[in-house]
Amino acid sequence: MRINTLFYCIWQGFKNIFRNKWFTLASVATISACLFMFGLFYAILANFQYIMKGLEQGVSVTALLEEDITDERTREIGDMIARRSEVQETVYVSADETWEQFAEENFGSTDGFRENPLSDCAHYVIYMNDVSGQQTLVDYLRSIDGVRKVNESALTAQTFVGVNAIIGYVSIGIILILFLVSIFLISNTVTIGIQVRKEEIQIMKYIGATDFFARAPFVIEGMLIGVIGSFIPLIAVYFIYNEAMIYVAGSWEFLSQLLRFLPVDEIFSVLVPVCIGIGVGIGFIGSYTTVRKHLSV
Amino acid sequence: MRNTTTRRRVNPDAPIISLEKVSKAYTAGIPALNDVNLHINRGEFVFVVGDSGSGKSTLIKLLLRELLPTSGKIIVNGTDVVRLRRRQIPKFRRNLGVVFQDFRLLKDRNVYENVAFAQRIIQKSNREIRKNVPSMLSIVGLAGKYKARPKQLSGGEQQRVALARALVNKPQILLADEPTGNLDPKNSWEIMNLLEKINDSGTTVLVVTHNREIVNAMKKRVITMKKGIIISDEEEGGYIDED
Repeated sequence: MRINTLFYCIWQGFKNIFRNKWFTLASVATISACLFMFGLFYAILANFQYIMKGLEQGVSVTALLEEDITDERTREIGDMIARRSEVQETVYVSADETWEQFAEENFGSTDGFRENPLSDCAHYVIYMNDVSGQQTLVDYLRSIDGVRKVNESALTAQTFVGVNAIIGYVSIGIILILFLVSIFLISNTVTIGIQVRKEEIQIMKYIGATDFFARAPFVIEGMLIGVIGSFIPLIAVYFIYNEAMIYVAGSWEFLSQLLRFLPVDEIFSVLVPVCIGIGVGIGFIGSYTTVRKHLSV
Repeated sequence: MRNTTTRRRVNPDAPIISLEKVSKAYTAGIPALNDVNLHINRGEFVFVVGDSGSGKSTLIKLLLRELLPTSGKIIVNGTDVVRLRRRQIPKFRRNLGVVFQDFRLLKDRNVYENVAFAQRIIQKSNREIRKNVPSMLSIVGLAGKYKARPKQLSGGEQQRVALARALVNKPQILLADEPTGNLDPKNSWEIMNLLEKINDSGTTVLVVTHNREIVNAMKKRVITMKKGIIISDEEEGGYIDED
């Protein structure tokens, strides 16, 4: 194929965008609306999961050590725990620190006490990446020589695991439904738009155009519509997301302590390729398959 | 080293269009074409006439390889149309010029682009297109209207654009399906004169028409069809009344 033929096909694809203004507008609007909903739900659900993850990381397990344990063994146990994949952070609290905290909370100070009544309470506080692995970690801690007792909150962990699972399923469900609705609406719009122009395709074929020559401008047009249709909602979601973060931080300060929003870059590192992929992919597949129906002339 | 490229050789004395025992049935019942034999020589001008349903349009569709016959053999310009593969059809059609009753112009492109489109399909360079298209528009008398859109033109002018598009690639055969069907007598005659001029330059012209006056006046070969059968084939013939 001559290079100028290829450029001609690409140029015609661009020109088609303006030749068929109403079709372009309808397609871009449909794609934008679908991907806007998709983007918005994705941002909400991703943040919800992020917040849950943050709360989850506040759940800890306490490993109480034997009273007569050596400093060396204490360090060894600390290293063993820290190496575990489900562990995010470990904090060592000595028996003296434990007593000081306890006395301060209950009696105001340690004055009047000669001995440490909590001398067997040196412990590690362990924060986890994922609470679903709590039971495995607890079993492991119990097996360590030098650990006398493990305190855990099984109910909290189970609640988090349950809520996370529900959020996961709901997220997948909503995103899948939105994705399917988007595909259906967008490909329908592209199909109707090209259906109207089947005569044009037939004329091309009657005068000897190859399938590629007849199809290429429509496919390029479909992909361009996909690109435009995905950029508009991305820009809209970007502004709405930023504004929402500023609004929450400014209006409900108590909420902003509790709710940590995902940084916009992190949301968009997923959303940009997915939205453009959906837009371009549907534009390509929709126009390719629809034109094919009219090529057998 | 031997050159392995095969070139199709066309016998210049062989008919440019040849149908042998061609039948076409769409569904069970009366066939659209029934055992038709037809030979058209290079440089001929032929009218195909007949009532609606006589098989004229089916004949054009078979020659364009839009349809395949149910049986029989069709040779067009040395190509066995029946054995043509799908991907070979575009190249085959580039040797045929085709004109329709409803002009079938690309409505969103101007006159120049409509004609240039046929050249782009055969991958002519921009330089050649800039040379060939104005020259063809001059032949059909539309050089001054190259920027106009189809809807800005009269029916006769639109048909002349369609003719320019059909001829710009210098096809050996021109198929015209009711080219004057949507035109007034004056424009009809202008188109027919153009077709005659094209035929004089060596292009084989096959015109499917209902226009009795033109057929009777032009004294060309006339093939009359009825219910899928050729009932008459006359040199310098006329329109046969079937009543």
